[in-house]
Amino acid sequence: MTPGTEWGIASVRAALEAKKISARELAADFYARIERRNKELNAFLALSPERAYAQADRMDAARARGETLPALAGVPVAIKDVISTRGVRTTCGSRILETYIPPYDATAVERLEAAGAVVLGKTNCDEFAMGSSNENSAYGPVRNPVALDRVPGGSSGGSAAAVAAGLAVAALGTDTGGSIRQPGACCGIPAMMPTYGRVSRRGLIAFASSLDRIGPFARTVRDNAAVMAVIAGHDPNDSTSAAVPAGDYTRGLDEAVAGLKIGIPAEYFGAGMDPEVRQKVEGGIEVLKRLGCRPVELRMRHTDYAIATYYVIATAEASSNLARYDGVRYGLRVPGGTLLEMYGKTRDRGFGAEVKRRIMLGTYALSAGYYDAYYLRAQRVRALIARDFTEAFTQVDAIITPTAPTPAFKLGERTADPLQMYLADIYTVTGSLAGIPGISVPCGKTAEGLPVGMQIFGPHFSEARVLQLAHAFEKAGGFGG
Amino acid sequence: MKISREEVLRVAELAHLELTEAEVETYRGQLDSILTYIEKLNELDTSAVEPMAQVLYASESENPALREDEVRTCDVADAILAQAPDPEKHYFRVPKVIER
Repeated sequence: MTPGTEWGIASVRAALEAKKISARELAADFYARIERRNKELNAFLALSPERAYAQADRMDAARARGETLPALAGVPVAIKDVISTRGVRTTCGSRILETYIPPYDATAVERLEAAGAVVLGKTNCDEFAMGSSNENSAYGPVRNPVALDRVPGGSSGGSAAAVAAGLAVAALGTDTGGSIRQPGACCGIPAMMPTYGRVSRRGLIAFASSLDRIGPFARTVRDNAAVMAVIAGHDPNDSTSAAVPAGDYTRGLDEAVAGLKIGIPAEYFGAGMDPEVRQKVEGGIEVLKRLGCRPVELRMRHTDYAIATYYVIATAEASSNLARYDGVRYGLRVPGGTLLEMYGKTRDRGFGAEVKRRIMLGTYALSAGYYDAYYLRAQRVRALIARDFTEAFTQVDAIITPTAPTPAFKLGERTADPLQMYLADIYTVTGSLAGIPGISVPCGKTAEGLPVGMQIFGPHFSEARVLQLAHAFEKAGGFGG
Repeated sequence: MKISREEVLRVAELAHLELTEAEVETYRGQLDSILTYIEKLNELDTSAVEPMAQVLYASESENPALREDEVRTCDVADAILAQAPDPEKHYFRVPKVIER
């Protein structure tokens, strides 16, 4: 067993309560492992030991006073670097924010700390969460701990790699088109994208506001559920946050799944899928059948249009959101003779190639003469994709698909062709556009030992059901399969 | 060809990106192939479909209510200015915009 991976949320709690270890000792233990592994993996961009030890000491003091410890007391967690952390450098994987120190915490981070979690540091990611391999980080790519010559997936590659390598018990990532689920699949751990609006986006540095979501990585479904229970819920400071009660997702996890109807959409099992991925996901569906789930064949006719739709909407929103990086209020400034020269030089120097490409594409799609043909049309197709899901969920409780068409690819293999890279998200962007929750769970390994992910989608706000299915699958040995 | 060199320069100007000559040519080619791929959206008849600008939930109660408009203290000016590349007292300083 990789050192560090023996810790889960329940075992941290048990060890603290039995006084086998203190929260401070546990944090120090994780920092020692990060010290040993991070040079190779490049999963962390910044560490926050002062903050972590102060929090660990608070938990140890609470324990000494005999208080009931909060849900995540002493649990070492990592935070993707697009999520704001007060006083801790937050770069978004970009040169343009190389020196940026947020003056406030994201609501999700506040909630984790209020529940006792110990924030170890910030994890590497594709610049502004734009990418599927982590190779778009200005601070170098992350390596996949399962196979060091492979990408960890992206954009939340650092969070996925940190958890898979035992450098954190859980982590927060963000998902706009697949950026939690796909790295979860590549690194062989369960990872969840909640319903849009389920987790507050306050303090999440925006990429595409109608799609962006914060969600967890952990080594078990139960630990994903435990993190979800803490971070989910309404936030008056995020106007897109849903006023739907969240509840404790760890309860009801063990309920039987027999009788649930699982949809198998033909469009997700077509050409372009690696044969070993197909075999593993089909094997996963067999496991669910043995648990009593009833498969229903589905057609989701607009699936093939999802990548095109996504890359218009996400880039249009990005071009608008990233207009704020102009060298005036924060981050990098490259001097210029005039204000416009300063803007142009700052943005050309500060942004990497993929971010500029997306800003260009989004600006084009929103520009006079093209708005109707690209942006408005994409929004209409988005409605059709969402309708496919609404109709499917009148027949089934959940939908099962592969998470990604291939296992983790080699570093450098796809960097020359942006379109090829975009196709890594072909099975994940649909759920992003529809706003529904989805989880990726490991469903076995290829002959080469690379993890394969199976994706479970559910209707809006069905996190409890999605987690229950994923947990039943995990318990039935689906992960080993 | 979906996008010309002139259009690339125009878009870069709109986006305030001062591209190098090499970047202009790279982006023209890459945007061209991406836009060609996006053309597939034209295969669909969307004339009767309302554009979806954001995720809408099934019921009104799931939609977030506007919060009360009440005064709350917000004392972060110094912390925010501390992040500015060229702050001065309570201002962000920039190159001169208006000639007098």
